[in-house]
Amino acid sequence: MTEPVIVVENLTRKFGNFVAVDHINFEVQPGEVIGYLGPNGSGKTTTIRMLLGLLKPSDGKATVLGYDVFKQSEEIRMRVGYMSQKFAIYDDLTTLENLTFYGGVYGINDKARIQHTLELVGLNGHENTLTSSLSTGWRQRLSLGIALVHEPKLLFLDEPTSGVDPTARRLFWDLIYQLAESGVTILVTTHYMDEAEYCERVAVMRDGKLLAMDTPTNLKKSIITGDVWEVFAHPLEKGLEVLTAMDGVERVGLAGDHLRVISSRARTEQSRSVGKDTMQSLLSEKGISVEKIERGEPTLEDVFLSLAR
Amino acid sequence: MFNSRIFSIIRKEFLQIFRDPRTLAMIIIMPIMQLFLLGYAATTDVKNISMTVWDQSQTAQSRALLDAFRAADYFTLDYSVGSQEEYQKLIESGDTRVALVIPPDYDRRMIEGDAQVLMVLDGSDATVGATALSTARLVGQAYSTKILGEQALLSGRSKVPAAPVEVRTQVWYNPDLNSAFFNIPGVIGMILSFITSILTATTIVRERERGTIEQLIVTPIRSWELIAGKLLPYVILGFIETAEILLIGHWWFGVPIRGSGGLIVLTSGLFLMSSLGIGLFASTMANTQQEAMMTVMMFNLPMIFLSGFFFPIAAMPKFLQIVSYAIPLRYYLIIIRSLLIKGVGIVAIQSEVIALVVFGVVIMGAASLRFRKRLD
Repeated sequence: MTEPVIVVENLTRKFGNFVAVDHINFEVQPGEVIGYLGPNGSGKTTTIRMLLGLLKPSDGKATVLGYDVFKQSEEIRMRVGYMSQKFAIYDDLTTLENLTFYGGVYGINDKARIQHTLELVGLNGHENTLTSSLSTGWRQRLSLGIALVHEPKLLFLDEPTSGVDPTARRLFWDLIYQLAESGVTILVTTHYMDEAEYCERVAVMRDGKLLAMDTPTNLKKSIITGDVWEVFAHPLEKGLEVLTAMDGVERVGLAGDHLRVISSRARTEQSRSVGKDTMQSLLSEKGISVEKIERGEPTLEDVFLSLAR
Repeated sequence: MFNSRIFSIIRKEFLQIFRDPRTLAMIIIMPIMQLFLLGYAATTDVKNISMTVWDQSQTAQSRALLDAFRAADYFTLDYSVGSQEEYQKLIESGDTRVALVIPPDYDRRMIEGDAQVLMVLDGSDATVGATALSTARLVGQAYSTKILGEQALLSGRSKVPAAPVEVRTQVWYNPDLNSAFFNIPGVIGMILSFITSILTATTIVRERERGTIEQLIVTPIRSWELIAGKLLPYVILGFIETAEILLIGHWWFGVPIRGSGGLIVLTSGLFLMSSLGIGLFASTMANTQQEAMMTVMMFNLPMIFLSGFFFPIAAMPKFLQIVSYAIPLRYYLIIIRSLLIKGVGIVAIQSEVIALVVFGVVIMGAASLRFRKRLD
């Protein structure tokens, strides 16, 4: 087995009394695309900053590409790319000037390599455009190009898609897959659930703790142990009230024109988990007309909300 | 020490400077503006002071006195009046600065040897008032010496009695006491401390505002390389501005450049270290470009006033005189004025040069440490 790209052991960071990252442990294998999921302030950015050597850990240790994050941050920085939430672009420079500058900072003065990066992120044809006149989507790509200019083996993307329209987001993810296929390991933080679905493995963070880390499928299986039902009833608000109060129901949520019901796991073989019929009869009893009840698939959002409770 | 990383930053910095017309204008136009403002408007040489005369004597003797005033270039005899009310009105309205009152018995008392005239001065402008006062005294003194001589000749004595004490003056370096010679070297000091510190502070804070500084930190660049790359362009600009002011000062205002060019470059470089250090320091205290600008101003304004640029340090209260020792510009002004006007060598200015080295190293060192700390 190859050596893991990231190894994190009991990594902790405190700011005064506030524990931003609380004894987290995980490993990342080469070529993986890891989604790092969690609300704002959950410790995602703090974790990345520690892995880049920008912040000293208060406790625990971590290695990136085999180097100690605290002692060998320079070795790491040469081999790692980072794209921050704020696209770190000089507005008064052109696309090419931005890339040439960051290339130079990495010691890359070969024009062909700069051009290669430019093409990789699809910015050819925009070489001489001032970046202030680029759309957010293009700026995002340039920002990625800046993180890639030195051909890193590992890429940290900190909420790269915030504020970008859906089409550009989709294109961006295509690019990420392309990179992953070429062997780059990618760790991307996000709070878009659909993006997390694209990742090979997803880590869920809350209040500085790593609550779970697995493939989206496994997460759904292990966290959502009950059944998912989609209930089309009228009136919805009253249905929500009734089902929330029902025994054996873990969570009920509004989902557009219907309700999503997640039942608790059956405790014994005899006491079956909440089923279609029990719901149907209870709702009718309360004077709610039921159109249909169907089985649904668990989503990462369900996982996230269950974990976050 | 020169490597690709520093070079990349320098090149980028110049690209940005040349692409921003406001910064470029500030760099090129500001020194010229300051130069002409201080070369012309801020002159303390007072000439052509408007004078009103109330000649109650109307004799050959009184007219001879007026001629003496006229000859002295400093006064123009604009008004002739017949009463106190009249000249009072003229002084109040500001139409005239000085009134000269010659009493009716002037010619008689002159022969008796105790003639008196009254000089009324508008003291609201201290500079004009002081010049008028001292000039009027001088004119009066010179005139009475002349009269004494003439009387002695008339009374048949062959030897002309001179004044008991005669002070002979020799003004060195700037015989005409041209204030531009004093001000223009000062402009170099002011431009070097203002423009370079403002530009460095804002350019660094702009990187922080845009988040580009964070992107730079995750590259293998070392913090000293980042500092060097950000500051060197402004060192170059500082020298260009110094040359610009020197050349215009020399060709247009006739300010001499008597000292060695090498010493001017060396000492200006030393002074730049302090002012770039102040810029770097201010950048660590500010989060926005406006804040950076204000912080630099907060440092620079008191420095300019206490440096001896506008007001002589010797005339300041003791406490402020002591404070002025902590101001690098003080030393640089002494150095640049001595180099340009007196043409001295390194020996005459060695203690000031040492002071600049000490301040440069301390300020730059402290600022760099703070800058590095701020990055973590």
